[in-house]
Amino acid sequence: MAGFQVFNRTTGDHFTCQEGQSVLKAMEQLGMKCVPVGCRGGGCGFCKIRVLEGDFECGKMSKAHAPPEAVEKGEVLACRIYPRTDLIIECVPLPEAALAKQTTTKPLR
Amino acid sequence: MKKGVMRPGHVQIRVLDMGEAVKHYTELLGMIETDRDDQGRVYLKAWTEVDKFSLVLREADEPGCDFMGFKVVDEDTLVTLEKDLVAYGVEVEQVPAEELKDCGRRVRFTVPSGHAFELYADKKYTGKWGVSSVNPEAWPRGLQGMKAVRFDHCLFYGPELAAVYDIFVNVLGFDLAEQVLDPEGTRIAQFLTVSMKEHDIAFIHHEEKGKFHHASFFLETWEDVLRAADLISMTDTSIDIGPTRHGLTHGKTIYFFDPSGNRNEVFCGGDYFYPDHKPVTWQAEQLGKAIFYHDRVLNERFLTVLT
Ligand code: FES
Ligand SMILES: [Fe+2]
Repeated sequence: MAGFQVFNRTTGDHFTCQEGQSVLKAMEQLGMKCVPVGCRGGGCGFCKIRVLEGDFECGKMSKAHAPPEAVEKGEVLACRIYPRTDLIIECVPLPEAALAKQTTTKPLR
Repeated sequence: MKKGVMRPGHVQIRVLDMGEAVKHYTELLGMIETDRDDQGRVYLKAWTEVDKFSLVLREADEPGCDFMGFKVVDEDTLVTLEKDLVAYGVEVEQVPAEELKDCGRRVRFTVPSGHAFELYADKKYTGKWGVSSVNPEAWPRGLQGMKAVRFDHCLFYGPELAAVYDIFVNVLGFDLAEQVLDPEGTRIAQFLTVSMKEHDIAFIHHEEKGKFHHASFFLETWEDVLRAADLISMTDTSIDIGPTRHGLTHGKTIYFFDPSGNRNEVFCGGDYFYPDHKPVTWQAEQLGKAIFYHDRVLNERFLTVLT
């Protein structure tokens, strides 16, 4: 079968990603939720992951959420990476700003 | 009380890839490209708008909103409002005429929520696109996609809503049309208007400064909103939520993202506002229904995904 296997080490999930498809889109299409989905455009930083093993191509990503230093370390946005090999990924804890957002929005419920 | 601010005039949005962005705003939203400048910015307008542009796209390595501009009735008003802002302790910056092509001088200021706004009095009047101003037909042929009618409003996320309220209401003459109050009575959302619309700009409380939630474009009917939803699927565009109705303003709406992750809204309907209207209040406990009237639950992505 065509495509690449993506294994999420944090959650133990794995799914197939077709060539030319973003990791986030592949996950969403299979109804999985192991990476948070935001804008799907490399803009919001919600889908941040760390790639531990494997090769991929990168689309354009917001520098605020994927600065070059982080990309070097494999910290990328799942909506903007396209596997070239099988990948092993892990979830990256949301940055403080995002956590602050969540705590401020909680009392609103 | 009205102070001569007339309406939202423009918004400058940062995009990661200009080609993709122009395609999105023209082919999907149905806006018309009217110009480009030597900085590489692209100018667009919706067809019913009489001035040359309402949306400016700037390519950058981080998406978001650079500023939103409001048109004031004339130069005298601009001079007065500038003085009033300074007297109120707001720092203003002069942006010379033609910094945006065919736009007069702009007075720029940043409010405590971290967002930049501008006032200006002049912009090139090009008339509605594709229809004459004499015996005009109902609509022009050749519009694409959602056929957006006009740029309508923006929603921003940031702190210090009370200070922002003071500037917009006390200095610029906006009215509070709707608000969300938490149990202690603190305003955590404010929908402000300078017209008969239920909002021309809105703010929701958020710790981080200067975040952009969405730019919104007006459509005429619910059928148009459904058709927009079809187009979002046909083009495999990233959808956020909808079609649905808001409790706040009661507009009928759909949210989606541009290719750089900036949120867009197209909507129709909604309440109207006259200056004798008292603000409508939503209780924070009812925020789910206030935002999405049908689901009546909050959607995490809607509250936290920003550029
Ligand atoms: S979902 Fe927004 S950056 Fe990937
Ligand atoms: Fe809106």
